[in-house]
Amino acid sequence: MVQKLTTLAETPSQTAGPYVHIGLMPTYAGNAGSFPQEIGASPVTGKVNGQMIDIVGSVFDGTGWVLRDALIESWQCDGGGRFPGEEGADPNVSGHCRFAVDEATGEFRLTTVKPGSYVGRGGVRSAPHISLWIVARGINTGLNTRIYFEDEDNSGDPLLSRIEQRTRVETLIAKKVADGKYRFDIRLQGDHETVFLDL
Amino acid sequence: MSDLGPLIPRNRAVHPAPYAEDYKTSVTRSPNLPLLSMESTPSEETGPVFGAELIGELDNNLILNWSKGLAPAVGERILVHGRVLDENCRPVPNALIEIWQANAGGRYRHVKDTYFAPLDPNFGGCGRTLTDESGYYEFLTIRPGAYPWPNRANDWRPMHIHFSIYGQSFGQRLVTQMYFEGDPLIAHCPIAATVRDRSHLDRLVAPLDLSKSRPLDFLAYKFDIVLRGRRQTMFENKLEGM
Ligand SMILES: [Fe+2]
Repeated sequence: MVQKLTTLAETPSQTAGPYVHIGLMPTYAGNAGSFPQEIGASPVTGKVNGQMIDIVGSVFDGTGWVLRDALIESWQCDGGGRFPGEEGADPNVSGHCRFAVDEATGEFRLTTVKPGSYVGRGGVRSAPHISLWIVARGINTGLNTRIYFEDEDNSGDPLLSRIEQRTRVETLIAKKVADGKYRFDIRLQGDHETVFLDL
Repeated sequence: MSDLGPLIPRNRAVHPAPYAEDYKTSVTRSPNLPLLSMESTPSEETGPVFGAELIGELDNNLILNWSKGLAPAVGERILVHGRVLDENCRPVPNALIEIWQANAGGRYRHVKDTYFAPLDPNFGGCGRTLTDESGYYEFLTIRPGAYPWPNRANDWRPMHIHFSIYGQSFGQRLVTQMYFEGDPLIAHCPIAATVRDRSHLDRLVAPLDLSKSRPLDFLAYKFDIVLRGRRQTMFENKLEGM
């Protein structure tokens, strides 16, 4: 026998299921008025420093079918690379957004400020990115990934440089389709499976 | 900001297998390739802060919140309460807990739920609250009914309440389900069975808690939640190997 550790184990995850919108996006579920104010309605709350952008995409399963029930949350820093709460952070960037794919087309749209780059632990600079957390029926533990941008310098990014198969880096990079407009598709399984993260 | 240290890496063994053949939808929605693991960064170590001004007075009372306090929902009245702690046993104050559930007949108020159990005109089925200084929370609600779902030919979900928890960082994000002590359907549920180890599934089953039950009013169930913690040692922030 040895001494007992005093740490606790994390609570196990369970799927968010098909009705996750009731709890997290009641208006989307047809239940407007459930709460006086819904959480994560927009990652920006006013005029921001930086460029406003639109990111559009879909979530595909292993057969190439588009999910109609996925819910996504995003988290990011402001245009200057500062997270909300940090000194000097843009007061009009909450950084957090909840959005669901359209139940007819399966497409999501995130309208936000383009994040800046920041320097993390050990002085390493991360390229601009938005963190995503994806839940749906059939996803047993929420999936984490990141959106990087085709028109930024991603060469020194510490996360991207850890991806061994360099062709897979592309799955984390949003394609520029017009000025301020990007496309970012998420593939849960199969050909061009998105790189999912465990950080 | 002071460095609270990286998040303790997630122990995936406590979590469900992503691919579970008896939970059919997971078969095409589970990644085949390994996750990319590395130490957490500011993107995972920071997160949104939710202020008390967001939360309405009835938000954690599902018996009354849909009718705006006018008429109570039908069903067995219960208090669901517990604490949110991190892996280091520290309480997590100001954690946002959001719950959603079916009504007493097993029907969700959702545009896509077509089960023929009727909607309760006085039950919406969602609630939210923030934990207090000691990580404590409470909801007043009704016990949800079990319901059938399209999977294998005769699958039924045990009674459950969906929980979404936001601690202090995006990397702690967790969604789970609370089950009820003694429900015989737990043992038959392919979603519950995605949790690989029975001892970890047991931690999703809330015991009846008579100490918090209010005589002639409601029963209570206790559900404690553990989020990821942070690693702090005297040897952080040094170059690797030095
Ligand atoms: Fe459910």
